[in-house]
Amino acid sequence: MKKDVKSIIAKYNKDETRLMDILIDIQDSLGFISPEAIDVISEDLNLSHVDVEQTISFYHFFSMTPLGKYNIYLNNSAVANMMGCAEVAKVFEEEAGSKFGEVSKDGQLGMFYTSCIGMNDQEPAAIINGMVFTRLTKFRAREIISDIKAGKNVEEMYVASYGDGANSNQLIKSVVSNNIRKIGPILSPKAEYGSALKKIIKLSPDEIIDEVKLSNIRGRGGAGFPTGLKWEFCRKAPGDRKYIFCNADEGEPGTFKDRVLLTERPKRLLEGMAIAGYAVGAEEGIIYLRYEYKYLEEYLENVIREAREANFLGKDICKKKGFNFDVRIQFGAGAYVCGEESALIESAEGKRGEPRDRPPFPVEKGYLNKPTIVNNVETLSSVTQIINNGGEWYRSFGTRESTGTKVLSVSGDCLHPGVYEVEWGFSVNDILDLVGTMGDVQAVQVGGPSGRCIAPYDFNRILGYEDLATGGSLIIIGKQRDLLKDIVLNFMDFFVEESCGSCTPCRSLSVIYRDKLKKILKGRGVQKDLDDMYAWRHIMKGNRCGLGQTALNPILTTLRNFPELYEARIQKNKTFDEGFDIHSALKDSFEITGRKSF
Amino acid sequence: MSKVLNFTIDGVICMAEKGQTILNAATANKIYIPTLCNLPGLKPRGSCRVCNVKVNGKFLTACTTPVAEGMEIENNSEDIIDIRKSIIELLLVEGNHYCPYCEKSGNCDLQAIAYKYNIPAPRFPYQFPDRDIEATNGKLLKDHNRCILCKRCIRGIKDEDGKSIFAFKRRGHKVIINIDTRLSANMTDEMAQEAMDICPVGAIIKKEIGFKVPIGERKYDKEPIGSDIEEIKATTI
Ligand SMILES: Cc1cc2nc3c(=O)[nH]c(=O)nc-3n(C[C@H](O)[C@H](O)[C@H](O)COP(=O)(O)O)c2cc1C
Ligand code: SF4
Ligand code: SF4
Repeated sequence: MKKDVKSIIAKYNKDETRLMDILIDIQDSLGFISPEAIDVISEDLNLSHVDVEQTISFYHFFSMTPLGKYNIYLNNSAVANMMGCAEVAKVFEEEAGSKFGEVSKDGQLGMFYTSCIGMNDQEPAAIINGMVFTRLTKFRAREIISDIKAGKNVEEMYVASYGDGANSNQLIKSVVSNNIRKIGPILSPKAEYGSALKKIIKLSPDEIIDEVKLSNIRGRGGAGFPTGLKWEFCRKAPGDRKYIFCNADEGEPGTFKDRVLLTERPKRLLEGMAIAGYAVGAEEGIIYLRYEYKYLEEYLENVIREAREANFLGKDICKKKGFNFDVRIQFGAGAYVCGEESALIESAEGKRGEPRDRPPFPVEKGYLNKPTIVNNVETLSSVTQIINNGGEWYRSFGTRESTGTKVLSVSGDCLHPGVYEVEWGFSVNDILDLVGTMGDVQAVQVGGPSGRCIAPYDFNRILGYEDLATGGSLIIIGKQRDLLKDIVLNFMDFFVEESCGSCTPCRSLSVIYRDKLKKILKGRGVQKDLDDMYAWRHIMKGNRCGLGQTALNPILTTLRNFPELYEARIQKNKTFDEGFDIHSALKDSFEITGRKSF
Repeated sequence: MSKVLNFTIDGVICMAEKGQTILNAATANKIYIPTLCNLPGLKPRGSCRVCNVKVNGKFLTACTTPVAEGMEIENNSEDIIDIRKSIIELLLVEGNHYCPYCEKSGNCDLQAIAYKYNIPAPRFPYQFPDRDIEATNGKLLKDHNRCILCKRCIRGIKDEDGKSIFAFKRRGHKVIINIDTRLSANMTDEMAQEAMDICPVGAIIKKEIGFKVPIGERKYDKEPIGSDIEEIKATTI
């Protein structure tokens, strides 16, 4: 054991900033990160025990106790539940004879819930020993458990044919589907790899930044910061080294378009990263990839290798002297907040993924305190097409304020969930027509849990920075759903679970709101609870990052757009209810003592 | 000479050196901004969020944000006061704070700010969390009930090699302070005292001495918190 751990640490040159990679490799080879392994790590990296545990205990996929030989991570996000995850979970538990959240006594099987794994268009889905299983049914759950009992390899448990496109590539071999339903310039297979690079070597960095500025593209990760401006800041920031990060953490529940871009157009992304490197003067690029997408690792590593062979990465790219740029993949380990750019950087430096205070911004002091650009997968892929066709061309798509196209991830109660590339300016109604609805639509969740839940009277609003800004997730919620219980509560649980825990309001007030919602769902709510939730909403503005600033949105936007749902569930004849149920609290004691309550 | 910047806090004209944080500049101009996680000499971390001020309609932590020329800072507006009070109240309900028997009562920053901000009772429901008291260490008692997760101990207490003795464990509302068993076993009496002093509340208590200074004669029993900073000695807000 000790030798294995030591050689893993040596592989990363005893570099404490590579702690994430070290932990991932140890977990992969030992099945967990044991106290003895922590001893070796802390000794070799000259850290204290608690420092190492600080990083380990932050991430969902790390474990300090042994996991099973097989481990099922079943997604229990809102859409997974809509598609029947609870039934599947029940069969898993019955057949396995163990519960979610634990490892079976014989150490064979661990079953855990996990938040959205980026498969919302093919739920219920689970990750089993790194392989993704989609469209699970009760029948499949039974088969899987019996295969596990028979000791089969996970590869042997696949029964369906591989998914479309590159999902059947020898290096992926996954049942995941792309479900590309509408192609635009970013998803388009047209444009040869390297054509943008061949163009930029004749241009100066400033000319490239001008072209990106001309296109008016804004960041596709959600915050919508103008990309050209970000690059300009980074270019001007003093620093002997600079870094380009591709944010492929894709953690917002309901978003999966980056997975499709990574699967189908990875070269377009690599090209975009190299363009960014050339423009700001960076020679190193890092793709921060969520652990859930580890099944793409070998494939992406191979694409990177091929790019080097084709001289589109590496030294003197396209024979241009001094144009050096290379890319590596950095995996996360299960933490939504690591999608926030400064938390992503902290994580990539081997620490707990806690956002930083800004200023300084990453463009001034980012990874290893050097000027750093963090851009979303789609943003970087779009830049390649902007260089290929020109900023003016790009502006011909979309609206004045929101130029270009947006790759949407559509899921929920619709006929054709999947990925749609549309021009900005489409209304929600247009999207509903495009994806095909089933029965009446009660609500659409725009932009994931941190976005907003809109009612039918808002369906004529348009997608764009001037109206409904979105990172691209649209969840369609049918009339048959209990919006507050099935969706809003699930989203609140998500934020409570995913807060990094640093800021007081984020850590604490989201729990209080979640509990108030639970109280209302139990029929114990009163008008004062609604008034409180309305009155306290400003407090979250004092949080450090976007997670805390938006964590109450599931409640606040439904309170605004669906007040009748809350009003129908509160007690009208009471003005006060402490929400404490003395009868149930004393139930056990009554049973033991044989006494009865009043 | 470093460059001088002009800025205002609630309309009062102030001056700062370039690079100075809003908090340090305010203190230099004898204006009090409440803090909990900040401690002069430690790297500011912006965790507790109590020092939030408003600049251009945006909330920023005074302990981490440098002053810029011409900045107009709000330190006393209604929404700022409300956010600060809420944070104090949230800290009071998310832990278990039994001031009457706490060794730190009267020397506790949380209690002192609650008095300063005139908080009779929190508006939020008490969470009554189930938290541990760790007494295994020879010199220290760690009471998680009273910890406000300010990270002062993490940043301030290191062993002779510069390794952290305290660290965070887990995330979200499950976050706790984790004490390194091995490193803390070698703590000297001075270090233990330093750890107790660095903690703004009564979450780190040095064993074997208690109530040496009687309640009533402690730091904040005499003067409200911030009195050493404020030009005009306001009592409560
Ligand atoms: C809690 C949180 C999670 C985020 N997750 C992601 C993510 O998964 N992917 C992403 O590209 N941006 C995410 N962002 C936005 C990033 O902070 C950042 O704005 C973005 O990566 C910048 O790239 P862009 O300008 O190309 O959009 C997240 C932000 C927050 C506050
Ligand atoms: S807002 Fe929440 S997630 Fe963001 S830094 Fe603060 S505690 Fe962490
Ligand atoms: S133990 Fe004290 S110093 Fe450490 S985080 Fe808790 S309250 Fe802060």
